[in-house]
Amino acid sequence: MSALGNIITKELKELMTPATFLPIIIMAIIFSSMGGTIGGIEDELEKPPVIALINSDNGRFSQIATNVFNQTSNVTFYSTDINDKKDALNTLKEKEGVALLVIDQNFSLDIENGKTGTFEIYWVMQGAGILDSISSSVVEALISTVNTNITRELIKNGNNSINSTLALNPTKRNETTYFKEKELNGISPGKIANILSQQSTFIPIIMMMIIMMAGQIVISSMALEKENKTLETLLTLPVKRTSIVAGKIIAAAIVGLILAIIYMIGMGSYLSSFQFSDTTSSGAASFDLSLSGLDMILIGVVVFVSLVAALALCMLLGTMAKNFKSAQTLTFPVAVLVLVPMFLTMFKDFDTLPLALKALLFGIPFSHPMMAPRSLLFDDYLMVFAGIIYVSIFAIIMIAIVVWVFKTDRIITGTTKFNLNKIFKKKN
Amino acid sequence: MTAVEVKNLVKTYGDLKAVKGINFYINQGEIFGLIGPNGAGKTTTLRIISTLLTITSGTITVLGLDLEKKPEQIRKIISYLPEDAGAYKNLTGKAYLEFIANFYEPEKAKKMAEKGIEISDLGTRITDKVDTYSKGMKRRLLVGRALMTDPKFAILDEPTSGLDVNNAQEIRNIIKNTAKNGTTVLLSSHNMLEVEYLCDRIALIDNGIIVEEGKPQELMKKYNAKNIEEVFIKVVKN
Repeated sequence: MSALGNIITKELKELMTPATFLPIIIMAIIFSSMGGTIGGIEDELEKPPVIALINSDNGRFSQIATNVFNQTSNVTFYSTDINDKKDALNTLKEKEGVALLVIDQNFSLDIENGKTGTFEIYWVMQGAGILDSISSSVVEALISTVNTNITRELIKNGNNSINSTLALNPTKRNETTYFKEKELNGISPGKIANILSQQSTFIPIIMMMIIMMAGQIVISSMALEKENKTLETLLTLPVKRTSIVAGKIIAAAIVGLILAIIYMIGMGSYLSSFQFSDTTSSGAASFDLSLSGLDMILIGVVVFVSLVAALALCMLLGTMAKNFKSAQTLTFPVAVLVLVPMFLTMFKDFDTLPLALKALLFGIPFSHPMMAPRSLLFDDYLMVFAGIIYVSIFAIIMIAIVVWVFKTDRIITGTTKFNLNKIFKKKN
Repeated sequence: MTAVEVKNLVKTYGDLKAVKGINFYINQGEIFGLIGPNGAGKTTTLRIISTLLTITSGTITVLGLDLEKKPEQIRKIISYLPEDAGAYKNLTGKAYLEFIANFYEPEKAKKMAEKGIEISDLGTRITDKVDTYSKGMKRRLLVGRALMTDPKFAILDEPTSGLDVNNAQEIRNIIKNTAKNGTTVLLSSHNMLEVEYLCDRIALIDNGIIVEEGKPQELMKKYNAKNIEEVFIKVVKN
């Protein structure tokens, strides 16, 4: 074999280990299953939107609108009586519909008289994720089609005296959105999603950064203790194992938070340059979509317990690290556990996820700080408290396991190899 | 008076039996050498006695304390110097010694660190980062760390490894003086001259079993050997 071939063979032997391929294989499986789920949701949304329609107008323009809605939507409730709104909304919620459209009795008359016709739209918003707002976007597109058709009708009649502003915008909307037990007047799901988009992207990214940074510190710290051969000395000193574990976790949490604050300042400034008037905090407050002092405290608590849980998990992974290089690979499981909830909470609301993904999201402790702000905005305190309790239990179990590992030979010898040998021997 | 007693000590890692039922004792103020070829079970034994590894079976008593029942109390009176130990690279030598001293009684911590600085004898380099030290300097710092606490029982694995002749000789004298002051020492070394010079008694361990034990002079006489190295070779080859 040539010298080059010899080196390539040796390098491949060193590089082609399960540790190299397993993370990528797992990542590929996770993303393909996530992609499948998200793709499935999109397919679902390509179906005609489920709407309720009340048309109390007999004029030609309301007829145009009704025709468009009937042809392109699944009209689950239809009435001509304006007093049927309550029944219409109940039916809509039962059928998980998108919106109730009410056509005013003067709709056509107003347009004939040069005024804009009014649609009353009652949106039933299922979730605030990026994909959740697609269904309302479809209805928005239908209304746009109605407008185009009315404009065409107005122009077709050859009425030269027609007001060009009316011709371009023949209808207006009075909107009310129902979302998680809240009734929000004068705002569409799209605008709400816009307001919440900062939380849906900014908070998960920040949480990911905090957990990854602090986690990396803990795992590296353990790996360096082993690589620099300082761990053996530390473990024979008169210091409790719990103090060693707690000391490492607290120090990493402090550094992680400092790094996160620095990152947040930069990221906050970057994101603020993209803010529109609707997405400002005052815009959010005017629609009762802001967090109270208690909410902020609860977010602090959930972030804190999640950070402790993450660091305890990282510490456990760190005990398996043999050196600094292996520590890099060990951060992978944490990255997966952070990235999955980050993407899921960005694209979908917890409530609109399939049951299996709901269970997955709840089971991942790092999901809770990402979901908490949105839950608190809509007064879903049960979800937040359940999250805090679950993550606290997870953190306690992790810390107990780490302390146990510190009291066994595993921390010094690492028994993985022996166990694997045992398993293979048993199989043979 | 017996300071340390090891009875029927067995240590297994899965199917691998590293230590196979060894017995020995160390008298107070004695320097006891545990010598043997690589993989004989020396470091495992030292790690068990220093509370790092658990006992599979058997008992160990350190100054009247049962090692399995009272590991935290034992850690207060022992000091362990691992063979390939390191120090925190980002700390200075002085800061490292102070860090270790702070685990002990607060009123003694300052004095302890000063003693560590004295034993290390690194001069002005003691305020430099450990990362900048040579292998020998690191070892001196670690020996200083191990002996500055005035341990009642010191476990030293290859204490002079990496040191030049002069430094090694100095460290040996420090160990001897420490024992004279009442510290019991368990020492492991591949340097047979060092073992002969330092140890009051030695045990030869091979393949997890103690194959010979006694005073260096007695063993040399028994095996008709000029030095412990010859004894070692004769015992291990048999």
